Amino acid sequence: MLCLLFFLVTAIHAELCQPDAENAFKVRLSIRTALGDKAYAWDTNEEYLFKAMVAFSMRKVPNRETTEISNVLLCNVTQRVSFWFVVTDPSKNHTLPAVEIQSAIRMNRNRINNAFFLNDQTLEFLKIPSTLAPPTDPSMPIWIIIFSVIFCIVIVAVMLLILSGIRQRRRKSKGPSEVDDTEDKCENMITIENGIPCDPLDTKGGHINDAFMTEDERLTPL
Amino acid sequence: MEKSRPLWANPLQFVFACISYAVGLGNVWRFPYLCQMYGGGSFLVPYFVMLIVEGMPLLYLELAVGQRMRQGSVGAWKTISPYLGGVGLASVVVSFFLSMYYNIINAWAFWYLFHSFQDPLPWSVCPLNDNHTGYDEECEKASSTQYFWYRKTLNISPSIQDSGHVQWEPALCLVLAWLVVYLCILRGTQSTGKVVYFTALLPYCVLMIYLVRGLTLHGATNGIAYMFTPKLEQLANPKAWINAATQIFFSLGLGFGSLIAFASYNEPSNNCQKHAVIVSLINTSTSIFASIVTFSIYGFKATFNYESCLNKVILLLTNSFDLEDGFLTASNLEQVKGYLASTFPGKYSEVLPQMRNCSLQSELATAVQGTGLSFIVYTEAIKNMEVSQLWSVLYFFMLLMLGIGSMLGNTAAILTPLTDSKVISSHLPKEAISGLVCLVNCVIGLVFTMESGNYWFDIFNDYAATLSLLLIVLVETIAVCYVYGLRRFESDLEAMTGRGLNWYWKAMWAGMSPLLIVSLFVFYLSDYILTGTLQYQAWDAFQGQLVTKDYPPYALAVIGLLVASSTMCIPLVALGTFITRCLKRGDTPPAA
Repeated sequence: MLCLLFFLVTAIHAELCQPDAENAFKVRLSIRTALGDKAYAWDTNEEYLFKAMVAFSMRKVPNRETTEISNVLLCNVTQRVSFWFVVTDPSKNHTLPAVEIQSAIRMNRNRINNAFFLNDQTLEFLKIPSTLAPPTDPSMPIWIIIFSVIFCIVIVAVMLLILSGIRQRRRKSKGPSEVDDTEDKCENMITIENGIPCDPLDTKGGHINDAFMTEDERLTPL
Repeated sequence: MEKSRPLWANPLQFVFACISYAVGLGNVWRFPYLCQMYGGGSFLVPYFVMLIVEGMPLLYLELAVGQRMRQGSVGAWKTISPYLGGVGLASVVVSFFLSMYYNIINAWAFWYLFHSFQDPLPWSVCPLNDNHTGYDEECEKASSTQYFWYRKTLNISPSIQDSGHVQWEPALCLVLAWLVVYLCILRGTQSTGKVVYFTALLPYCVLMIYLVRGLTLHGATNGIAYMFTPKLEQLANPKAWINAATQIFFSLGLGFGSLIAFASYNEPSNNCQKHAVIVSLINTSTSIFASIVTFSIYGFKATFNYESCLNKVILLLTNSFDLEDGFLTASNLEQVKGYLASTFPGKYSEVLPQMRNCSLQSELATAVQGTGLSFIVYTEAIKNMEVSQLWSVLYFFMLLMLGIGSMLGNTAAILTPLTDSKVISSHLPKEAISGLVCLVNCVIGLVFTMESGNYWFDIFNDYAATLSLLLIVLVETIAVCYVYGLRRFESDLEAMTGRGLNWYWKAMWAGMSPLLIVSLFVFYLSDYILTGTLQYQAWDAFQGQLVTKDYPPYALAVIGLLVASSTMCIPLVALGTFITRCLKRGDTPPAA
């Protein structure tokens, strides 16, 4: 009698967890891709951890706080590593609806990933789409800040150049009216170069130009 | 007392100005494309031949004319013959069209430059769709770099008929680009002379840095080997020679009047022959240098894509057949494929349609030119490099320097005749004239910031300058050799510079170059006529790729107008001068 019951239970188990069964999900792990040399082997202990994580996720759903590890069934484990799983109710007669399992896994996806050192791409739950992280949008786009800085610099430079150009032109237009004054001043001003006063050439005739050395000093004495 | 003409502070500024003008975006994004299309290493043969036969003589001619006449293009050609003022006017019109559309490239470069200061680079990731479960559809079908270019930068419409409205972001960048150009040309040669030190030298620094980085990238050697393997049979292809001639012609910027304008600010005794040879050689070597950089980047990108493709196939097979993770690698892929095909034929045939054929050659063979090369292909390569922000900033800064350098030449071609004309320069100061020109160009340039702006940009890029320039330079050469007289010009040059004219230049000016230009002209015309309707590439957002469409009639009208408005200047002005002279002769009765 007991043997028959045991047989019946395993038969039902086998029926509940099958590829493409109702409420079953396929899981795919790419451990070597994620971890390279530090990859661990997938054995029954890892499967136990997986069952525990799924049970943990289901326990967080209201009305399902009594989910046990034995309620999670795994089957068809391949070398890939991939397998199918279902979650049964406490009576172990039928499986929980896929929608509940889906939302439970989505809520705790991060915890499950971390338990296995994997991420959304290397621990895939087929048919359970992962929520992608929204991009961080700063309050003001960065490019506008840089644009404004350069824009202001260019405008300031343009203004400076235009203003200095206008000032130069005003000085030039004042220039011809001042020429007569400066010519009078020239006669009184003596320009000094190298400490020697340079006299205008033709105003004082016959003046020795001290910039040149006198003849006697230039030739060295014999 | 006549106001003396402003001069370059030293001959080096003149050389740098010419280099800065001639070395532009075409060296970076057109030459590598031509090299790839027409036989790699063997394309250099027609290129060098055309440089010596066509490029150097015509460049020397323009510089000599500018230096001798000491006026902008309009005044210079009027001096050569009063009937030829139209040549100068045509140059100004073509330069005006060019500066209208060229500066939008600088605006795009600014846009990408400002966006390079983010982590991650905005063109490296696709944005999410509305319910955050996947990526935006258009971005998935195309690639993230294409999406950023077509959607975020251009916000392109599906066809040229859908104009959309002006996008404020590119419009702001365009205004900034024009302000920068205005800043550089504000004071004439005083300011331009100092700016060209930067715009001429900085691109070389960046190219050097990129050369070192490019050659050390994984897969760069694939690209360089692909480029330099000569395909000698292309030497027999006439298109290779025609494209080499066209590239030399446009790369040196002949016929726009910019070279005449620059040379007019020279000392009369300047040795422009030496400078012509130097500038053309530097331009050519820059093209080759830029190709090496571009091809190492190509090789990196192609190898990266090839390896991603292989990885996708491996993942597909691993998942479909539940093979052990890590068992399939690139080396045993073919073997395992064969084994799987024989062992599980049914399942294999199911999976087969999804498997893409990964080929390194086909990745390398995707030849791209123009804005596609700079803003899509290069950005794709940059996003996969380490410290991608730095490389991105460097690259777009270099594009900006190249673009602004060319803009300086374009605006000089427009401004020099305006400031030479006594009518205008007596009423307005130099700064106001420059400001007005920049303002007008900026306002018209806003057309290119509309949603269909890129299609209008392509129209201007392909048709505004090509035919007109050929005609202008042809008339220039004939004018100098036959109307002004080659002997007279030779004695002018000898008196000016103190050096005689080599027989080679005379032979080229009088014979070879006009023949070459005529054959180019004939080829272009026959090409246009044979192709029938003109077509363009439009971006289809649903498919995520480019599709070919026909131009609507009004676009064809604009194309015709562009070409006609510059070429018609020459005969119209000649006719006008002839009529005015006849009338004058009619008014004053001949002395008895």
